[in-house]
Amino acid sequence: MTLSINDVKQVAGLAYIKVSEEEAEAALSQLSGIFKLIETMQAVDTSHVEPMSHAQDLVQRLREDKVTESDQRDLCQSIAPQVENGLYLVPKVIE
Amino acid sequence: MQWEIVIGLEVHTQLSTQSKIFSGASTAYGALPNTQASFVDLALPGVLPVLNRGAVERAIKFGLAVNAKINSPSIFARKNYFYPDLPKGYQISQYERPIVEGGSIGIQMGETEKTIRLTRAHLEEDAGKSLHEDFHGMSGIDLNRAGTPLLEIVSEPDLRSSAEAVAYAKTLHALVRWIGICDGNMQEGSFRCDANVSVRPLGQEKYGTRCEIKNLNSFRFLEKAIDFEVGRQIEILEDGGSIRQETRLFDANKGETRTMRTKEDANDYRYFPDPDLLPVEIAPDWIEQLRASLPELPQVRRERYVIEYGLSGYDAAVLTSSREMADYFEAMARQLPECAKLCANWIMGDISARLNRDGLDIAECPVGAAHVVQLINRIQDGTISGKAAKTVFESLWQGEHGQNVDAIIEAKGLKQMSDNSALEKLIDDVLAANAQQVADYRGGKEKAFNALVGQVMKAAQGKANPAQVNALLKEKLG
Repeated sequence: MTLSINDVKQVAGLAYIKVSEEEAEAALSQLSGIFKLIETMQAVDTSHVEPMSHAQDLVQRLREDKVTESDQRDLCQSIAPQVENGLYLVPKVIE
Repeated sequence: MQWEIVIGLEVHTQLSTQSKIFSGASTAYGALPNTQASFVDLALPGVLPVLNRGAVERAIKFGLAVNAKINSPSIFARKNYFYPDLPKGYQISQYERPIVEGGSIGIQMGETEKTIRLTRAHLEEDAGKSLHEDFHGMSGIDLNRAGTPLLEIVSEPDLRSSAEAVAYAKTLHALVRWIGICDGNMQEGSFRCDANVSVRPLGQEKYGTRCEIKNLNSFRFLEKAIDFEVGRQIEILEDGGSIRQETRLFDANKGETRTMRTKEDANDYRYFPDPDLLPVEIAPDWIEQLRASLPELPQVRRERYVIEYGLSGYDAAVLTSSREMADYFEAMARQLPECAKLCANWIMGDISARLNRDGLDIAECPVGAAHVVQLINRIQDGTISGKAAKTVFESLWQGEHGQNVDAIIEAKGLKQMSDNSALEKLIDDVLAANAQQVADYRGGKEKAFNALVGQVMKAAQGKANPAQVNALLKEKLG
């Protein structure tokens, strides 16, 4: 797969990352390098290997359904830039 | 042109756990803003999600109740999107290997049953709430709801009308409450529907372009939103236009849907397995243990009522619309197996009407099933008429006379005249006073008979048994 400069810009847009023309070019060449690596790896026959969803061969531990956290709003809000009436204030999200 | 409507529903049910899906914060509704938002819910650096066993159990119970496949291992994925109501910058959801796959739900449309296939049901975390009132041009964020466990239940596009969509949503709503995995409170947002709606020329195989209508939190809105959307799409297509795939919002005040955003492709969410969570293994004996804990399901009861009590499919569906109603019916029908239809009529008629009037649920009904059984017994043995029974019922509702049916009948003088001699005397009096009508009847005017029955009933102040009056009158008029 060949990556275009527009692909880089689209992904950057989705990730909310601002990239300049220069940065986009640099990212394109780096990402293309990664794609080349993937291409090389794809030469390996993996048709009999089950895909992994996690790097560790472990199983998820489950917690009992119990409330264990207490109210720490004041502590948490002490580091927030702006709060009011117990709410965190953020720049308006316009849809 | 004839159009076919195609609808699929995505329903978000809030699971009735005490704590959140990945943190130990409480899920109780109505707390002060951000008092139930823990470090994990706030996405502070260094925290790790730990999965709630209670949420997984509820999802498995649902899967078993709809005959679906339970996937093991099941995998959690990150769904990337940027809104401040989920501070991580992604929602933990499931993409590949959702916990529940396939399955189906039967819906009752009149006397016919239709099967709606399910695609999947997956676990995910809810987002917080954004308040857009004016905070100096900013938005206020309450993260209490962030991390609340949701089971998103996705249907195949098997629904063909808004009525079917509502029937499906109601059946699903009844089911999740029945098996105790969701409180079903729609005002509090515990059960929210998104509808995918498209239309196609009747007979065409290919689906039309769909629009998704978000966040419909009542059955009435679901119906209205779909009806409006179908009308909108047909109008565009008949004018030669084309439908743009997008997400739309329903405006309940105007009764219309409007564009919210054009649909992003699934790829744009850049789903990938969440490295913070390991695959979830679900052991077969855990599944069997949960299967054994399930109550008798509505579908099974519905079929049993038809076979065991001879009810119609429609009646059986109404009675199994909640577990409380079905239990009420069964408490009655066990005592009166011969009069099951009468029991059903009482529940679906007088009892439901009275409950509606006071805005109560059958679980809160002040008149117990045992009292209604006594009441029906008194109708059956001829002590009171069906009309008087309604008076007795209201008296029971008000808690009069210690809710003793016989005491109420006695106190209100509702007993029917079962004594033949008293009734005969009354009939003789009526016949003597209405010689003309007697003559008419004897002369072949059938209508005169009904008039005489009416006169007798009136003279008896409604306490006479109509069947008995009929028989005695016939006898006397020979």
